[in-house]
Amino acid sequence: MRTDVKKINEQSKHQELTEGLMIFAGGTAKEFHTGEWRTSTPVFYADKCKQCLLCAPVCPDGAIPVKDSKRDAFDLDHCKGCGICEKACPFGAIEMREGR
Amino acid sequence: MARKDRMSGNEAVSYAIRQINPDVMPAFPITPSTEIPQMVSTYIANGEMDTEFIPVESEHSSMSATIGAEAAGARSLTATSSAGLALMWEELLLAASNRMPCALALVNRTLSGPININCDHSDGMGARDTGWIQIYAENNQEAYDNFIQAYPIAEHADVHLPIMICQDGFITSHAVENIELLEDDEVKNFVGTYEPEEYLLNPGKPISVGPYSVSNYAMEAKKNQEIALENSKAVILEVAKKFEALSGRSYGLFEEYRTEDAEYIMLLIGSAAGTAKAAVDELREQGKKVGVLKLRVFRPFPADEIAHALRHCKAVAIMDRCESYNGNGGPLGSEVTAALFKNRVMITAVNYIYGLAGRDFTVDHVKDIFAEMEDDLKNGRETKQYQYVGLRK
Amino acid sequence: MNNGYEIRWHGRGGQGAKTAALLLADVAFQTGAYVQGFPEYGPERMGAPITAYNRISQNQIRVHSNIYTPDLVVVVDETLLESVDVTAGLKENGALIVNTKRSAEEIRPLLKGYKGEIYTLDAREISVKALGKYFPNSPMLAAAVAVSNVMGWSSFMHEMRASYQHKFAKKPEVIDGNMKALEMTYQALEKDLKHNKKMSA
Repeated sequence: MRTDVKKINEQSKHQELTEGLMIFAGGTAKEFHTGEWRTSTPVFYADKCKQCLLCAPVCPDGAIPVKDSKRDAFDLDHCKGCGICEKACPFGAIEMREGR
Repeated sequence: MARKDRMSGNEAVSYAIRQINPDVMPAFPITPSTEIPQMVSTYIANGEMDTEFIPVESEHSSMSATIGAEAAGARSLTATSSAGLALMWEELLLAASNRMPCALALVNRTLSGPININCDHSDGMGARDTGWIQIYAENNQEAYDNFIQAYPIAEHADVHLPIMICQDGFITSHAVENIELLEDDEVKNFVGTYEPEEYLLNPGKPISVGPYSVSNYAMEAKKNQEIALENSKAVILEVAKKFEALSGRSYGLFEEYRTEDAEYIMLLIGSAAGTAKAAVDELREQGKKVGVLKLRVFRPFPADEIAHALRHCKAVAIMDRCESYNGNGGPLGSEVTAALFKNRVMITAVNYIYGLAGRDFTVDHVKDIFAEMEDDLKNGRETKQYQYVGLRK
Repeated sequence: MNNGYEIRWHGRGGQGAKTAALLLADVAFQTGAYVQGFPEYGPERMGAPITAYNRISQNQIRVHSNIYTPDLVVVVDETLLESVDVTAGLKENGALIVNTKRSAEEIRPLLKGYKGEIYTLDAREISVKALGKYFPNSPMLAAAVAVSNVMGWSSFMHEMRASYQHKFAKKPEVIDGNMKALEMTYQALEKDLKHNKKMSA
């Protein structure tokens, strides 16, 4: 029954869909690049950043990767440009700009 | 070896559940199904089975937990009646659309109001479009036999749908009658162990169940679900055949009782079919050509098969133990007449509503209905449609 | 209509009429008969009038309706005679059993012209003597079997002992009391039974 869900798309025939639309994988949201919905983009000023890490947990899309207790550059494949991180940053290290 | 015993319908279903020994049973009590979780938890407490029983705080939760357990890979079931089924509404549809082969022991009781605890089919009939397979029983024996057949039907690879095993509240659930039981190992072998191909608690093979579906997927998914329900018809018959080999008791989509040359047939569901059979026996002695078609499987609805079975009679009385509030009769009346028309079987079909909220349905009622149909037909009168049986007026 | 022998029980919630009907189905089953035992359900309230039924037959019982023309009516609480038409539909050649201190002659005027057999039994006296407490259902069950003869008396006693042994496994001291209540019931009715058999012979 296991079907390669990557081969299924919105044009697939009913016979090609999985039973109950079951997805045979976990964490598949990663494959879906919601970044393309973005109309404004966060710009990160590393020099202003104090690594307080207030931005990472408020990101609804997990698009601020944290490694070794330090935040990294934005994951623009998944950032939808909501701007919550800009509001959360106390140091003006994030700025939203029109466009992708 | 079959064993003769006597027990109530609720005892019979609980006994079947003990023999099947499913993995998980979440339940919340409601009359007249309360005895089922009560008896099952007693079996568990006595160490006669090891099902994980989850006492939940509502039927919304019992069905949610049943679906959750089933998705996790556990053979699951619950039991309920009436308002309990109504509170499961949202989850019933999800169990079916997520293709969960879980089971529900439904002890039919009217839906309020007026508030009442007695039998009619408004709960089960209300859930007729939820995507569940529905099988109804005439007596304790059938409730037991149907439950044993439930998982082999629901879990079949061509089906994977939830299944509701229904019996009439109090009339059979609380009536002690004779029964023939199978041995524990016979039931265990018949039902088999549950080995789902895909389930949530399967290390290394992750799945996601019940994802959001945009319009471009949902309609195709619903079609697939409908195909599974159609497939279940053949599976129900196949399982029945195997069950007959085991028990000697034969089951189909419906039972035809003395219909071979019948001019007048009464079509009905559940315990009242027994009463109708008793009436038919008496009328046959008087030379009346009458018979009973007892519908066992309501979902999937055997429309063509029913039309075929009725094609040679003059008139059929379609008996609904449920008011549908559509101004045009009961659910069975609507579906059977549609089946007759679709199959160009142009016989007289009269829809009767009977036995609502525990109103007794007697041998005399059956005789009156046959007499009325015969009298009207012989005298060229239209029989009044959509009548209430035994209504004070 | 042949649904076998039909019994209707009238009692009040809590007196055990339903239990007696289910127990009768239970023990009659042991004789190889087809049985039905079922209550007419409503909201369960202590003291409210309740009805329960039995069918006992040598043939399979298919009918699933209440009983309207019983062969036997058992009244577990005589105060019901005032509020319930207990003999409604009772067959002329059937029988009525009433739990009362009064005689059949005293009961008959209360029965709206019923002409058939009447048996009276002081189940309270029997129960209190045998068990020390008032549980009318055992004597009334015994009376139903003695009058109806749906099963032989000795096999009834045998099955009842087995049933009590199962039910009171943890309280074996009450088994003998219950058995004594059954025996006393038979003794109380014995004369009347013979009398009636002679009358109808």
